[in-house]
Amino acid sequence: MQSFLKTGKLGPQEKPATSGSSQKKKTSVCTPWVEKYRPRTVNDVVEQGDVVEVLRQCLGGADLPNLLFYGPPGTGKTSTILAAARQLFGDIYKDRILELNASDERGIQVIRDKVKKFSQLTASSMRPDGRPCPPFKIVVLDEADSMTHAAQAALRRTMEKESKSTRFCLICNYVSRIIQPLTSRCTKFRFKALGEEKILERLQLICKEEGVNCSEEVLQLLVQTSEGDLRRAITCLQSCAKLVDKGTTVCPTDVLEVTGVVPEQWLEELVTVCRADDYARLESFVERLSCEAYAVSQLMDQLLKMIISAENISDRQKAVICEKIALCQWRVSDGASEYLELLDLGCAMAKALRS
Amino acid sequence: MSLWVDKHRPTSLSKLDFHKAQAKRLKNLVQQGDFPHLLVFGPSGAGKKTRVLCLLRELYGAGVERLRMENTSFTTPSNKKVELMIISSNYHMEVNPSDVNIYDRVVVQELLKTVAQTHQFDATGQREFKVIVVTSADQLTKDAQHALRRTMEKYMATCRLILVANSASKVIAPIRSRCLGVRVPAPTIEEIAAIVTGVGKKESTLVPPELAKRIAESSNRNLRLALLSLQAARVQQYPFTPDQSVPSQDWLTYLRETANMIVKEQSPQMLFQVRERLYELLTRGVPPGLIFKGLRVLVRNCYDAQLKMEVVERASMLDHRLQQGSKAIFHLEAFVAQFMSLYRRFMSKKIEML
Ligand SMILES: Nc1ncnc2c1ncn2[C@@H]1O[C@H](COP(=O)(O)OP(=O)(O)OP(=O)(O)O)[C@@H](O)[C@H]1O
Ligand SMILES: [Mg+2]
Repeated sequence: MQSFLKTGKLGPQEKPATSGSSQKKKTSVCTPWVEKYRPRTVNDVVEQGDVVEVLRQCLGGADLPNLLFYGPPGTGKTSTILAAARQLFGDIYKDRILELNASDERGIQVIRDKVKKFSQLTASSMRPDGRPCPPFKIVVLDEADSMTHAAQAALRRTMEKESKSTRFCLICNYVSRIIQPLTSRCTKFRFKALGEEKILERLQLICKEEGVNCSEEVLQLLVQTSEGDLRRAITCLQSCAKLVDKGTTVCPTDVLEVTGVVPEQWLEELVTVCRADDYARLESFVERLSCEAYAVSQLMDQLLKMIISAENISDRQKAVICEKIALCQWRVSDGASEYLELLDLGCAMAKALRS
Repeated sequence: MSLWVDKHRPTSLSKLDFHKAQAKRLKNLVQQGDFPHLLVFGPSGAGKKTRVLCLLRELYGAGVERLRMENTSFTTPSNKKVELMIISSNYHMEVNPSDVNIYDRVVVQELLKTVAQTHQFDATGQREFKVIVVTSADQLTKDAQHALRRTMEKYMATCRLILVANSASKVIAPIRSRCLGVRVPAPTIEEIAAIVTGVGKKESTLVPPELAKRIAESSNRNLRLALLSLQAARVQQYPFTPDQSVPSQDWLTYLRETANMIVKEQSPQMLFQVRERLYELLTRGVPPGLIFKGLRVLVRNCYDAQLKMEVVERASMLDHRLQQGSKAIFHLEAFVAQFMSLYRRFMSKKIEML
C-alpha cells in the first residue's frame, strides 16, 4: 500500500495534502453533478421549509437550538447544515465546526475527549476581520444512527454543560436509533422525501446548465424511480447522460437500467407462476430470476405495490401476502439468502392465492 | 499450469464476450475521463471482476496490470492488530475488507482516508483520482458501510470507489444512493457454451457442441465454474466424446450424497453422521450459505406440495438465523433435524392411509 500512496505522483515540489483553493479549481472540471449542485446557501435547499425557516432566522441573528435532522437518504440533511454553517461563519468556518461522521472514530473516548475539548473552547462574537458572527460553535454528528448507545449517552452531559457556546446538530436516517435523552434535548426536523414537482424542477435546471438533451418522458421516469431521493435522481441523470453514445438522446430503457428498476414482466410472471401452484416451475423461475441479478429488495418493493393495487386478489389474500413480503424483505436486508427468501415468498403466495 | 479462466480473461471492454451493449455504455462512461462511484453487482461467476478490470484498463492503460501484493496491518481502537492483503497498481488498489470480519470498519476508515487524502497530481495528464475496488462489498458489516458514506462524498475529487457485490440488497440504501448501479446478469447457457468452445479453440482443444452445452448447463450459468470444469474434463479424458461426463466440484458431489443419506434414513444416528459431513464441508471452507442452498435439493424429494412449502419455510428461516449467529453448524443441523422430522411424519401418515 505504501507504494500505492507514494506513486500518487506527489512529487517533492508539490504541495502537501492540505487542499488549497487552486486545487479546487482544477478538480471542478470533473466534479460529479451531485457535488456541483449541492446547495451552497440555505436558500438553495429545495423543500424542507421548516428547517430552512429556522436557519434563516438564525442567519438574521436569532439563536440556534440544538438540531436533530432525520429522514431518508439524499434529502439534503448534510447539505443543509453545511451550507448554513458556511453562511454563518464565512471563512472561519473551519474553526467553528467539528464534523464527525460514521467514518470517524466515535466511541465513548472520542466523545469524552475530542468533542468535549472542542465544546469548551470559547467562541467570540466577532470574526478576526471585525465582522460579527454568532458566538457559538457547531458540532455536527452526521450519520449518528451508527453511534453506539454508550457513545450517545456520553454526549448527554457535554450537550448540557456546554450549551452556552456550543450547538449540536445530529443527523440520522432513523430517529429511532437515537436515544431518547438526546432527542429530547434537540429540536427535531423531519426531512421529507422530496416531492416529484421539486425534483423535476431541479433536474430541468441541471439539464439546462449542462446542456443535456432529455425528453419530458425521461425526466418523469427519473423522478418516479428516485422515490424522493434527489441525490439518486441526479446521479442517475448524469449516468444516463454519460452512458449513451454521443449525439443520441437518453431513452426510457436507459433510465430503467440505470435505476435498477425490475421490468414489469418479471413481476407479472412471478404472480402467474405462483397462481399455477407448481413447485418445480416456481423453483426454476426463481433460479432464472436470480441469474438476472435484480436487487430482491427492489423487486419486493415493486411487488408490494403491485399486490396492493391488484384487483383480482381479495383483501384477505393481500394481507397474508403483504405480511410475508415484509418478513422476507427484513430477512434479506439482514443478509439472508435472496434466493431462499424469494422461494419462500413464492410458496407463501402460491398458498395464499390457492384458496 | 495456469488456469484457463485466468489466462483467457478478456482485458478490454470491447473484447468482452457478453452484455456487449453494457460494455459499450461503460466505455462511453469512462471515455469522458470521469465516472461516479460504481456498485457492480451480479451472481458469482458472471464476470463482474473482469468487467471492472477492463474498465480500469480503459481508463489507465496497461499500467493497471502491473500488480503488487502487500500485507498491510491495521490497528483497531482496542489496539488489536489485523492484517489484510492489498493488491495494488500505480492507479488502483483492490481490497476485501470483510476478510478481517468485524474489524472491516477499521480498514475502511483508515484505508480510504489515507488514500483519499493523498492528492494525485499527474504530470502525464493521467486521471486526477485513484480507484479503490472493494470486493465482497455486500459482506461488509453495516458499521463499515456507514463509514463509507460521508467519505464517499467528501473525497470524491481524489478517489472513486468501485464496490463489487453479489447482491445489491445487502448494500445499505444510503450507499446505493451514492453509486451508479451496474447490474451484471449471469451469462446465458448459449453464451457460456460459446465461450467454452472458444477457450477450447485457443488451447487447441476441440469441444463437441453437445459437451459444451452440457458443461454450460451443469455450471448453473456460472462462467467460472464452466471453464474450470472444461479444464478438468480435458485432464480427465481427451479427445472429448460428446457423452463424456462433466466433472463437478467435489464438495457438490459430497453434499448431494449427504442429501441422499438424509432422505434414506431419518434417525438420531443418521443426524449424527450428517453432522460429521457438514463439519467436513465447513472446515474445507465451503460457505454455509452455499450449503443451505445445496441442501434445498431435499425439497425435490418431497412428494407433497404442502410438505415442500414447509421445508422451504424452515430453510429460509434458518438461513436468516445463520446470518445473524456465528456458529453455522447449529443452524445447518437444525435444518436437517427439522427436515427429518417433517419428512418422517409425512411418510408415516402416507403409509397409514394406504
Ligand atoms: N433539499 C435539497 N435541495 C437541494 N439539493 C438536494 C436536496 N436534497 C438532496 N440534494 C442533492 O443531493 C445531494 C445529497 O444531499 P445530502 O448529502 O444533503 O443528503 P443527506 O440527506 O445527507 O443523505 P444521507 O442520509 O444519505 O447522508 C446533494 O449534493 C444535492 O445535490
Ligand atoms: Mg448525509
